[in-house]
Amino acid sequence: MSELIPVCTDEQLSETELAAIDAEIAHVPYRASVAIDALKIVQAQRGWVSDDALQAIARHLKMSAEELDGIATFYNLIFRRPVGDKVILLCDSISCWIKGCDGLTQGVTDLLGVGPGETTPDKAYTLLPITCLGACDKAPVMMVGEELYENVDEQTLHALFGKGQA
Amino acid sequence: MNLDRPLTRNVRPDRSPTDLHSYESNGGYQSLRGAIGKSSPADCLQIIKDSNLRGRGGAGFPTGMKWSFVPMENVSNASNPDGHKYLICNADEMEPGTFKDRLLMECDPHQLIEGMILAAYTLQADVAYIFIRAEYYKATQRLREAIEDCKRKGYLGQNILGSGFDLTMHVHVSAGRYICGEETALISALEGKRANPRAKPPFPQVSGLWGRPTIVNNVETLCNVHHIIERGADWFQSLGKTKDSGTKLYGVSGRVKNPGCWELPMGTTVREILEEYAGGMEDGYQLRGFLPGGGSTDFLTTEHLDLAMDYDTIGKAGSRMGTGTMIILDDKTCPVGFVKNLIEFFARESCGFCTPCRDGLPWSAQVLDDIESGRGKAEDMDTLARQVQFIGAIGNTHCALAPGAMEPLQSAMKYFPDDFTRHIDGGACPYCDRENR
Repeated sequence: MSELIPVCTDEQLSETELAAIDAEIAHVPYRASVAIDALKIVQAQRGWVSDDALQAIARHLKMSAEELDGIATFYNLIFRRPVGDKVILLCDSISCWIKGCDGLTQGVTDLLGVGPGETTPDKAYTLLPITCLGACDKAPVMMVGEELYENVDEQTLHALFGKGQA
Repeated sequence: MNLDRPLTRNVRPDRSPTDLHSYESNGGYQSLRGAIGKSSPADCLQIIKDSNLRGRGGAGFPTGMKWSFVPMENVSNASNPDGHKYLICNADEMEPGTFKDRLLMECDPHQLIEGMILAAYTLQADVAYIFIRAEYYKATQRLREAIEDCKRKGYLGQNILGSGFDLTMHVHVSAGRYICGEETALISALEGKRANPRAKPPFPQVSGLWGRPTIVNNVETLCNVHHIIERGADWFQSLGKTKDSGTKLYGVSGRVKNPGCWELPMGTTVREILEEYAGGMEDGYQLRGFLPGGGSTDFLTTEHLDLAMDYDTIGKAGSRMGTGTMIILDDKTCPVGFVKNLIEFFARESCGFCTPCRDGLPWSAQVLDDIESGRGKAEDMDTLARQVQFIGAIGNTHCALAPGAMEPLQSAMKYFPDDFTRHIDGGACPYCDRENR
């Protein structure tokens, strides 16, 4: 038996979450069809999707928690562990690699003390690699939260993450 | 109005969005007003067929032919009591080195929506989705605003402009993964499942989203539709310099003076795009090769500079035009490292369903990592050649991810064999002490 997901919890979804999920259910033929939307709705409210929250969603969609977890863990932008207030998505695809994104990853690590997949102790940032962000003419690029940064260099990183900035 | 550059006529230098008012004052929604309820869906389909519009997502499949497989009789049955048909816009732009659909959606959201309404009318689809990647916040927001404006104006919803045609449009924001750009994987994702591609047949045109007739088209493809319906197939054909019609959003990234994205006549030569628009190579860098249209296309080299960038010409040269956005390999960037980056990308993005892709790509990445870090052996080249043969074969996998991944690898081995050998013989990357790595 897997102990990853507890058998039963009484975690409840909020009114806001339920209303948003039900609005999605209204235009699809099966409740489970909104699985990804529901995960995103809950993540938007809570920052990530805990085991308890996952179970609550699964109950609402009348699907098994195991199936929903299979979906949740497939998608790289559904977070099954807590992330920082802002997620840094540093593009590591080809055009950004040509322009030296490896050095930028190291630069973020030097400034914030976290490697890819890690969250700063003050929970401000999580650093994640990301597939091509579709701004290759401005490579290297990264996102911090919802903001896209283009032609990123050491100065950009210092301005964002240097001492006294964050 | 700029008739030579229809797709980017509303793109402003500061890339601010074109709102409904300015879109309409530049002729927007005239195509919709002229066609909907006045021309028959069959007439619209014939224009698209005659125009020779080919899919701009990378495969280049003729759009009119794709649409013609959608059943036009009443499709209601026990499993589809409402008779739904779906149109999906694939806005999941994630092919490495591709940055064209972002421009179209951020700068001119109504152009896409008008194209989608006319595409849906042609197919008699009653529900449309824009499947967009989560990182495109700005585009998502602008499309959602544009859809609301259209509902208020009567361009979307019930009985559009009194034609009796109904269309509901939704924006679905994805949760990541490159594989969602594959059309059957996209359909799985839209159904709320893991984005595993599906075996074909059945094709989505007959059995797609929730088992109902579905068309999936790329953003740039759909942006062309209302221009073609308004101005006709002959006009569209006349835009292209070669047999392929229309214009194309070409892009260049890498070490060039002026990386960017430009709408040019289909069939513009590689040299013209590279030298006149991208400004040539950065000072101190020489061109060694390029991927013509994204990370999953074969390398071409300096001998191919005078080729026309269209589907057939680039295909005959042994590559694919793909998305039309070139990635440049310069003389100070390691070709082995370049390919390793791509293969690691494809290995990471495999959905894990088919064995050659799930297990083969990480193996290729491992071999390339060995070579790049100086641990390579002479027999590694044979291993890579065998991998290209097995992983690259069409038909060993449900979708084209793994075969696509092998394209830059096989062509790098063909055009830059000495670079591989120098790594293996020298026990180190010969580029590593240079500024670029």
